[in-house]
Amino acid sequence: MKPVIEVKNIAKSFIITHEGKKENYKALRDVIAGGVKKMFSFSNSMRGRQTSEEFFALKNVSFEVEAGDRVGIVGRNGAGKSTLLKILSRITPPTAGEIAIRGRIASLLEVGTGFHPELTGRENIYLNGAILGMKRAEIKNKFDDIVSFAEVEKFLDTPVKRYSSGMYVRLAFAVAAHLDPEILIVDEVLAVGDAQFQKKCLGKMEDVSKNEGRTVLFVSHNMGIVKSLCNKGILLNQGEVEHSGNVQSILSAYSDQLVSDNSVVYKHIAGDQRVEIKKINIARRNELSVYDKISISINLAQTDNAWQLITKYHFFLLFHNMEGDVIWSVFQKDNENYFDRMPGNSVKVDLLNILLPGSYLISAGIFDHNDQFVDWVEYAETLEILSAFAGNKTFDNRYGKVTTKAEWYVD
Amino acid sequence: MEIEEIVIKPEVSEKNYWRDIWRYRELFYILSWRDIKVRYKQTVIGAAWSIIRPVLTTIIFTIIFNRIARLDNPGNAPYSLMVFVGMLPWQFFANSLSEASNSLVGNANLITKVYFPRIIIPASSVITSMVDFAISFLILIVMLVWYRYLPGYHVVFLPLFIIMAFVASFGIGLYLTAVNVKYRDFRYIIPFIVQFGLYITPVGFSSHVLPEKYRLLYSINPMVGVIDGFRWCLLNEELYIPGFILSLAITIILLYVGVAYFRRMEKGFADNI
Repeated sequence: MKPVIEVKNIAKSFIITHEGKKENYKALRDVIAGGVKKMFSFSNSMRGRQTSEEFFALKNVSFEVEAGDRVGIVGRNGAGKSTLLKILSRITPPTAGEIAIRGRIASLLEVGTGFHPELTGRENIYLNGAILGMKRAEIKNKFDDIVSFAEVEKFLDTPVKRYSSGMYVRLAFAVAAHLDPEILIVDEVLAVGDAQFQKKCLGKMEDVSKNEGRTVLFVSHNMGIVKSLCNKGILLNQGEVEHSGNVQSILSAYSDQLVSDNSVVYKHIAGDQRVEIKKINIARRNELSVYDKISISINLAQTDNAWQLITKYHFFLLFHNMEGDVIWSVFQKDNENYFDRMPGNSVKVDLLNILLPGSYLISAGIFDHNDQFVDWVEYAETLEILSAFAGNKTFDNRYGKVTTKAEWYVD
Repeated sequence: MEIEEIVIKPEVSEKNYWRDIWRYRELFYILSWRDIKVRYKQTVIGAAWSIIRPVLTTIIFTIIFNRIARLDNPGNAPYSLMVFVGMLPWQFFANSLSEASNSLVGNANLITKVYFPRIIIPASSVITSMVDFAISFLILIVMLVWYRYLPGYHVVFLPLFIIMAFVASFGIGLYLTAVNVKYRDFRYIIPFIVQFGLYITPVGFSSHVLPEKYRLLYSINPMVGVIDGFRWCLLNEELYIPGFILSLAITIILLYVGVAYFRRMEKGFADNI
């Protein structure tokens, strides 16, 4: 059987003109004014200033997707993920290359794309369905299901501008949930805006891909979701396919890429760096499980014996999920043991891991005796928690973001 | 079930382009229906607007040109009837241009998120203006009865001139809307073009008043052919054949140029809008 998606040497380039302007469109008055200026200026003196440059958002991208594959597309911001999806969903054409798509393709979009506030719920179901690519007869067949799924029976003939936001989202999702394409495209960035909707979208994706054997292309920053939903992966880096293969190898390549970039320069977001955090080392960084001991050592550099001037300095650690939300924070001051003298070139901390399996980012910082920042490095390192409990015991897919042990007794 | 295969390339082949439009015809119907629905829901007077506007303009034209400036219709029909027959296609043309030229920018959220042949959007806004035209046409019938004016057998050709008006406004509309994506301040010029067009088009006067030697040149304006055609069909006025052929040719050229320009710019819409 032929692959459902065949991508051959796709490239997408944009022409950037260096005029110090960022708008996509031009104003006619500028063009006219520019033309007049050119007429009056001496021939070539003006021309040199406006340089333009070809920027490749994607180049030489080739891959194949087999029927039933669930492909996660990962990469940093600007790697070309969204551009790739836009080309696949035909919103924008490639500059070079060829793609063959065999089967009906549809995208999960932002809540209620194309909804018109003046139109009633009934009218918007037809409108939105048509925009998502459903045939009229198909919408008609599924109409009752859509309405009962959205729970808006009573308000079918009310303009959606009078809907509560909850009803609006439910209706929008109900239409999207009744799409049944052979290939589904989901951009996490497009699906956000409403956490509940995003969750439902992901649920729908899981349903579509695992239970119905459809092909799914999924763009996300959330490695945990990619890992649980996808079986294949594509890692993009600066517009090129760096790796493609099974999802596990892609994710470890991606986290290596993130760390190798980070180790070059940490992002210092606060403090005067009298004492600077140079490097955060995590022992067995990619081998830790839930309830394992995490050992972190923070390498430091100081200017002019800064430690002499700081008393009672103390450290903190933040663990973020891949969207950047802080999941867990650890402050040295809680122990009421502060450092008063130069401790050497590094500080060590041991803690019991309460994070559930997934990928995390680590930030660390230093306070002085006035609780002023000395330094704070954000997203400095990544941490991968394996899907297991300490001692290689199997993980039970429990709920939550962190988990702790407690004292249990009968009263 | 047959599996449809889509090939995405930098250039869309001629055959696939038109086949795609056919494939997306349902979206075209539903977007036209949306535009019509919204248009008559949003304004309080709704449909009445498409009656009030041509009627008021005709009354003003009659007072100023006919009563004060003593301009008359060289043909048989009363002056106000002649003006109204010209006003109908003109107002359709003017509405279509202003609606179509803003249509792409107004639907930016769809264009950046979903694929469909973009030509659907300006086409559906011209269709919306067609509904206004149909409503105003009812007034014309009332006026014909009022003046006891019976059109001759020519009236069977009227649909051809309606199509010609449609083609002329669609061709120019395509061009304008594509330019509007690229140069966002272009929309300020469009009301001016429309205003200006009213005076160089024979709405308030008959093109028969022009000196014979300029009539052919005058017919470069495609709406001259359309309005003369309307008056020929409905008011039995003489049709100047060479001028009509020139207008028709210009209309077809405008459509061709409009489609060609639109297709060339279309690829950049999602990136530029």
